[in-house]
Amino acid sequence: MPTPISEESPRTTSEDELALQPAGIVEQLVRDDHDRKRFLKMVGGAGAASFGAFVLAACGSSKSSSTGSATAAATSTGTATTAATNPFGAGDVGILNYALTLEYLETEFYKKVVAAKMFSGKVGALLEEFSKQEQSHVIALTAAIKGAGGKTAAKPNGVFPINNPTQVAMLAYTVENLGASAYLGQAANIQSKQVLAAALSIHSIEARHAATLGTLVNKSVTPNGAFAVPADIPTVLAAVKPFLG
Amino acid sequence: MSSQNLANLELASCEVHGMTRASFILRGTLAAGAVYGTAAVGPFVSSALAQTSTSDVDILNYALTLEYLEADFYNAKAMQVGLSGQAKAYAKQFGEEEQAHVAALEAAIKQLGGTPVKKPTFVFPVTNEKSFLALASVLENTGVGAYNGAAPMISSKAVLASAGAIVQVEARHAAAINLLIEESPTPSGGFDKPLSEAQVLVAVKPLIKS
Repeated sequence: MPTPISEESPRTTSEDELALQPAGIVEQLVRDDHDRKRFLKMVGGAGAASFGAFVLAACGSSKSSSTGSATAAATSTGTATTAATNPFGAGDVGILNYALTLEYLETEFYKKVVAAKMFSGKVGALLEEFSKQEQSHVIALTAAIKGAGGKTAAKPNGVFPINNPTQVAMLAYTVENLGASAYLGQAANIQSKQVLAAALSIHSIEARHAATLGTLVNKSVTPNGAFAVPADIPTVLAAVKPFLG
Repeated sequence: MSSQNLANLELASCEVHGMTRASFILRGTLAAGAVYGTAAVGPFVSSALAQTSTSDVDILNYALTLEYLEADFYNAKAMQVGLSGQAKAYAKQFGEEEQAHVAALEAAIKQLGGTPVKKPTFVFPVTNEKSFLALASVLENTGVGAYNGAAPMISSKAVLASAGAIVQVEARHAAAINLLIEESPTPSGGFDKPLSEAQVLVAVKPLIKS
């Protein structure tokens, strides 16, 4: 049964996330380059890092759960989809359209969940909040694609079983974990630093959603341990296939 | 160029051919900035355009410092404070995970031919479970912002993938702790804000004794 959450109502998504940064933060960062170098005192050059070696080195002294996830991460990354094999198109626009498709599905799912009025109180408020946040992701990704001169992917019809609270919460947990792994799977494929920054700002939100759902269904907030596991496009598309209308 | 000016400029569609790198990045920023707000892209415009030479080793050592801090907090400080129930369970689980991050980052730095920074001595001004969890929330949420802020400056795709695998876990930790202390699991709404090193240091410097 879902773990009860406290009675505090969550912060409402507002226009805050689109608000302007106080002027000066950019200048401050440039000035603080001096602080950074003093803080870090590093010498090494940027060489190519072997992800496999990186992960295996981490496995050496870590617990079984972390080792398992790290090993899985090595395997998954080895088969990470390149831009050329993205059915949503090449380059960053292709990746953004892939993300948009997933966000369309999540938005559809949460709309149906909220409409079913299965959850009340704290949990109900959280799910409504997450619903709005997924909608804001759709808006942001749409704007990014259009801003880059691209065409947005077609919106799929979402077909989700909405039977009872436990089943729905479990499905939400699965969907959010999948979304997080999908974003993680594309991070290294993104060319533009700005698109990457935006993708990362959404990726961690999906992670927060997944962890929250985890607390509701009494599952781990970190199902893969210390290192999240990326999923490639074929894996994600196979997982969402049942939900495409 | 201030982030305020960036926000006021008109959107332009992205063309890659025939454009200088600087103007390409800037136009991409305008498109993204109009939606996410310059909060999301400001710091990266600066570093991308200024082409600061922050090496991957530098960035990993920055991350390592934060992971040393979190590991110490969950593994050592938690014992001093004495936690119970879910707080105790999270401290154990997250402490193991942060320690794994420490090990991975140390290894990655050495792999790149660098030297891991020495582990600092930390001081955590918390004496009970309530203040412990409040600080845990600050540390985890700051960690998310730190990784999201630094990641776009990483050169190596492999290192970026690793940073992504770690930041996702920090975000999960942050959400779990926030829920435990009856705060929103998404304190920044639908988009996590990237933090500059300067912003992160504001939160973290007071905790570094030496």
